[in-house]
Amino acid sequence: MEKQICGKVIHVNEEGYLTDLNEWTPEIAEELAKEYDITLSPRHWEVLKYLQSEHKNNVPLSIRKIGKSNVVDIKEFYALFPQGPLKISSKIAGIPKPASCL
Amino acid sequence: MSEFNGEIRKMMIILSKATLENVYAAFVLANGARMEGIEAEIFFTFFGLEAVHKKKLEHLHVATVGNPAMHMPTLLGGLPGMEALATSMMKKEMEKIDMPDVHEFLDILTASGVKLWACKLAMDMFHYKKEDLYEGVDDVITVGDFYKQGAGLGTHMLFV
Repeated sequence: MEKQICGKVIHVNEEGYLTDLNEWTPEIAEELAKEYDITLSPRHWEVLKYLQSEHKNNVPLSIRKIGKSNVVDIKEFYALFPQGPLKISSKIAGIPKPASCL
Repeated sequence: MSEFNGEIRKMMIILSKATLENVYAAFVLANGARMEGIEAEIFFTFFGLEAVHKKKLEHLHVATVGNPAMHMPTLLGGLPGMEALATSMMKKEMEKIDMPDVHEFLDILTASGVKLWACKLAMDMFHYKKEDLYEGVDDVITVGDFYKQGAGLGTHMLFV
């Protein structure tokens, strides 16, 4: 599917996750965050960068792993991205939705 | 089903058993709810209380007797050491799939905003005190209190 955002056309799946991380830009992240009423702070950016680097290293993401990342603890992760931190942060970071129950 | 288009907003999970497979089922369901932005609360009652009892929560076992999925004759499952063996095998498998132990799982649940309640009646029955319980337990409450917690549209209740 195509989605128009920040004057650009990006490719997303039916749930709105970018299908190509190369199309991702920080401006797109800010726009996607707005859909969840989130204004990205420096702490948000640190988490997003961490998620992208883990994704590039093919590390499957889970709440437990993020809690042990030394980047953010679980409580803050939920505070930064309420309403489902792992799936929302992944969407904003332009990476696929993690298939994890933990 | 018109409320929130039938969406689940809150999961109220009642854990009444202390076998590892049931405790994990309740914890995974609560954690999975929070990951989707759904509220979650767990009510620990009867043997389920052992999952939040400081001295017991590290020593929960898989049930080898009366558990057809173990594919083991009941007599064999009752032999000394069988439960410990099955439990250690299951724990090894859980570590492989990045499943936390019970204590760490409770830490994850509380950090994720899951509310943990201990059943007053069961506490009285087992002569447990609040200080015997994992520190993240919010309070000791009655069934009525738990139902009040579940007030609102989109709440679902689950008995494990």
